[in-house]
Parts: sequence; C-alpha cells; structure tokens
Amino acid sequence: MYSEKVMDHFANPRNVGEVPNANAIGEVGNAKCGDIMKVYMRIEDNIIQEVGFKTFGCGAAIATSSISTEMVKGKTIEEALQLSNRAVTEALDGLPQDKIHCSVLAESAIRSAIGDYYKRQGIDPEPILGCAKDCGGGCHHH
Amino acid sequence: MSRFVYADNAATTKMSPVARKAMLPWLEDGYGNPSAVYRIGRDARRALDGARDQVARAIGAKTEEIFFTGSGTESNNWVLRGICERLQGKGKHIITTMIEHHAISRTLEDLEKQGFEVTVLPVDKYGMVSPHVVRAAIRPDTILITIMFANNEIGTIQPIAAIGDIARERGVLFHTDAVQAVGHVPIDVELLKIDLLSLSAHKFRGPRGVGALYVKKGVKLPAFITGGGQEKGHRAGTENVAGIVGMAMALEDAVQSMEQNLLYVTELRDKLIAGMLQLPAVSLTGHPEIRLPGIASFAIACIEGEALILMLDAAGIAASSGSACSSGSLDPSHVLLSIGLTHESAHGSVRLSLGEETTEADVDYILEQIPPIVEKLRAMSPLWEERVDA
Ligand SMILES: Cc1ncc(COP(=O)(O)O)c(C=O)c1O
Repeated sequence: MYSEKVMDHFANPRNVGEVPNANAIGEVGNAKCGDIMKVYMRIEDNIIQEVGFKTFGCGAAIATSSISTEMVKGKTIEEALQLSNRAVTEALDGLPQDKIHCSVLAESAIRSAIGDYYKRQGIDPEPILGCAKDCGGGCHHH
Repeated sequence: MSRFVYADNAATTKMSPVARKAMLPWLEDGYGNPSAVYRIGRDARRALDGARDQVARAIGAKTEEIFFTGSGTESNNWVLRGICERLQGKGKHIITTMIEHHAISRTLEDLEKQGFEVTVLPVDKYGMVSPHVVRAAIRPDTILITIMFANNEIGTIQPIAAIGDIARERGVLFHTDAVQAVGHVPIDVELLKIDLLSLSAHKFRGPRGVGALYVKKGVKLPAFITGGGQEKGHRAGTENVAGIVGMAMALEDAVQSMEQNLLYVTELRDKLIAGMLQLPAVSLTGHPEIRLPGIASFAIACIEGEALILMLDAAGIAASSGSACSSGSLDPSHVLLSIGLTHESAHGSVRLSLGEETTEADVDYILEQIPPIVEKLRAMSPLWEERVDA
C-alpha cells in the first residue's frame, strides 16, 4: 500500500523530462531489474538551478524520482549530497518495505548526476562521492 | 472518475446472481451440520449431495469422484503430496511444465526437497508444451504428470487430449490444474483421459475459498486432512455448505451458457487484442488462437507493469501485471520468462481478463484509456527515449 503522498507524486510527477543545457546527467539502475532513473541538472554557481528526471519503473520509482528532484532543486551541491534515501522515504510519508530500494536508487541518481558534473569540471568525483551505491550489480529486492 | 471496468477476471470473478441466491438459505436457516441426523442436518447433507452431482456433471465425472476442498491451491497440494506419498514405492519421478501456477511449482519444489525428482518441461514461444516432449520425459519411475489446462497469465490452452492419451497409454497418472479453464471451455474428464483435476469456484463466478478435486474412480489418494469423516474421511472438517452450493450453481450456470459466453467473450477479447496491437511496440503474449476466451495479455515495451496498473486504476480500470514490482518478487513472472521474453519485456506485461459481464463499451473504454497512459509513461521512460533514438 502506497501513502497518499506517493500516489500524488506518482500521478502528478514533478520535474519530468530533460533539462535544456544540462551539465550534470546521471543514470542508475538497469532494465533487467525493472527500474532505471536518469537525472538531469543544470548547475550554476554551485547551485542546482534546474533538475529533471526520466524513470522507467514502478509507482514508487517514479514517486521517489519526483520528490528527490523537488528536494534538491535550488540547493547547493553540498546540500544535495546530504540527501539520504531515508529523507526521501520520510518525505513520501513512508514506502512499503519492498520499495525502499527505490529511495536508494533516487539518492544514487542524484549523486550520480553530481558525479557527472564534477567529471565535466575535471574533478575526480570518487574521493568526494565514494563508490555510488548502485555499483554492486545484481537486482536489489524491490 | 466514477466509471469502473473490471478487467481482472482471471484473478477472481464477481459472483453470479444464481450462485449468490442459491447460497443464501445456507447462510440463514439452513445452518445444520451435514453430519447431523436431524432434519436441518439432513437438509444440508442433501444440498451437498446435490452440489456434488452438479459439479460432477459439469466435467463429465461421476458424483463419487468429486471431493470438495477449500481452494484450487488446496486441491493441487492434495494431489501432489498425496500421489507422492502413495506411490513413492513405485517411483519418485514427476513431470510438469515451466509455466505452472505457484500452487503447483512451489509444492513440487517442496517435494523435491523430500527426495522426489521433478522434470520441468519447457514450452514454446506461445507457452505451449509439446506432447512429444511429454512422452519423451516419461520414465519407468514416473508416478505423475501434472500439466495445467490453461495458463492464468497468458491464457494458452495446453494439448490436454494428446497428453491424456500418452499418459493413459503409458500407465502414468495425469493431473491437470484446470482452475482457469473450468466453466470457461468444455471439459470432459472421460474424453480427455484425465485422472485428477483441480478446480476453484471463484474463477467461474462462484464464491472465493471453495474448490474441488476430481479423482478418477480407482485412483487411490490418501486423506489430506484427518479428523471427522467428512469427504469420505479424506478431507475432514465441517463442510462449507453455502460455499459448496454456490460453487455448484455457478458451475452449472457457466456450463449451461458456455457456448454463448465463449463466443461473446472471445469476440470482446479479440477486439481488445486488435486494438492493443495498434499501439507501437506492443505484442501479444500467449497463443493467438488457442487461448482462454477471457484473457488478453501483452508485453508493452519500455514501461513497467505496476506503474501502468496504478494509472489504469486511477482511470477506473482493474487489471494486473506479471512485473516483478507487481508480484512483489525479485524477478518478473516465470511464465513470461519461459516463453522467451526478456526481463525488460516481462516487466512491461499487462493482463486484461474479461468475463460475461464485460461490455463492448468497457472494451472501448479500455482502448481509449490505455494509449495516453502508455504514452505518458513512455514519455517518462529513458528506455523509450533510447529506443526512439535508435
Ligand atoms: C492456474 C491456477 N491454479 C491455481 C490457482 C489457485 O486457486 P485458488 O485461488 O482457489 O487457491 C489459480 C488462481 O490464482 C490459478 O490461476
């Protein structure tokens, strides 16, 4: 059972689609596992000016994409990196146990986009971000 | 949106008015225990006898060959566990297919742990098992062949007559899980040489929580639930009289109007299939013709099934999907993977199952609602973007 908040973000997702002149693009998940999140950002002056997403996945995957993009919009990179899957889950008034994975994916998607931004700036993202949470391979339970 | 279209008849059905009406007396003053000797007990006993007769006639069986159970799942469990227990001295080998319902496949996994050996036969791209493959799999120690009559996800109907012939000729018992087929397509256990058959009331507009098992005369099945002497001591427990009566009435009704329903529902299904196949990158799953009248099932590329089901729900349409997210497991449906779908395609599966109460206007409504939903989800899907770019 999904919360009303999840259903709202699923039915009326915020920030859908690509962002013009995006300078930070991250993609996590894979089709075999049934969810892919792609996040687009335009970062200027260390601030996420614009953010959008494209997601292939279940209701929770779309809802977590929607709310996580909303949560980082207008934030600094450092603030966005603080976003945890827990915060995403809480903002949605909870997720069913078998969908927690979607909030992890949302957090990873944001970090992955920021990692891409660092790379484009000639900065190695590894020391800052560490290994992205998604690098383990294999399908998570969702 | 107040419109509601129920397109999940393969999951369960709305009770037919005749079944409901037949049940009512047994929920009210007809509360006697069928084992009791006084009048209201005898009345209940008579109702059970009548119901057993009705169920038997509906599938070409004899009255004494019908045992009542609590579900299709229970009937399947009883057969598999019972035959294994009874015949383990003769052999420990069972033949089945890759597309069985979990009530069969998980029970067999359990039996494997107890030392039985299971050959799981493959199916073709339509979900059909080949009788030749069945024949080739039979060994001297084979004690049971269990193959479903028709599949619950893709609707494909198996070559049951041919398999029955082979099993009978080779002297191996043949069980079929006919839960999706009974009441929808003609079944005669004598003609089809079926030794054991499972059925479930709620799939043919009877109540949920009642089933039956046909056991051919001469086939010895041990007791499944011990206790009082109900069901000839084979399935003890005071009978669900109202449920059993409802099941029997629903089945009799379904068989009486089968010819007409079959034509009507098939026509609606084919209209739905034709309409769905107009959409880009949508394919039919299961056999195009040899399939249950009510089941229209598809793989829709680049979207995820649960998201589609939720959006259909918001539009007032109840349907289902075999995606991993919908089934609450790690992998998408084993049936869809068995017919050769990739994980990606299987995640985008949808099953729309129709019934006698479905109207042409319902089908039109589904066909009107689905395209914009698919478009919306695809517009959001990075996979669709890749596909279009490619
Ligand atoms: C093919 C098949 N077998 C068995 C079952 C289980 O029946 P029941 O719900 O009565 O336990 C179902 C129903 O989901 C089914 O479709």
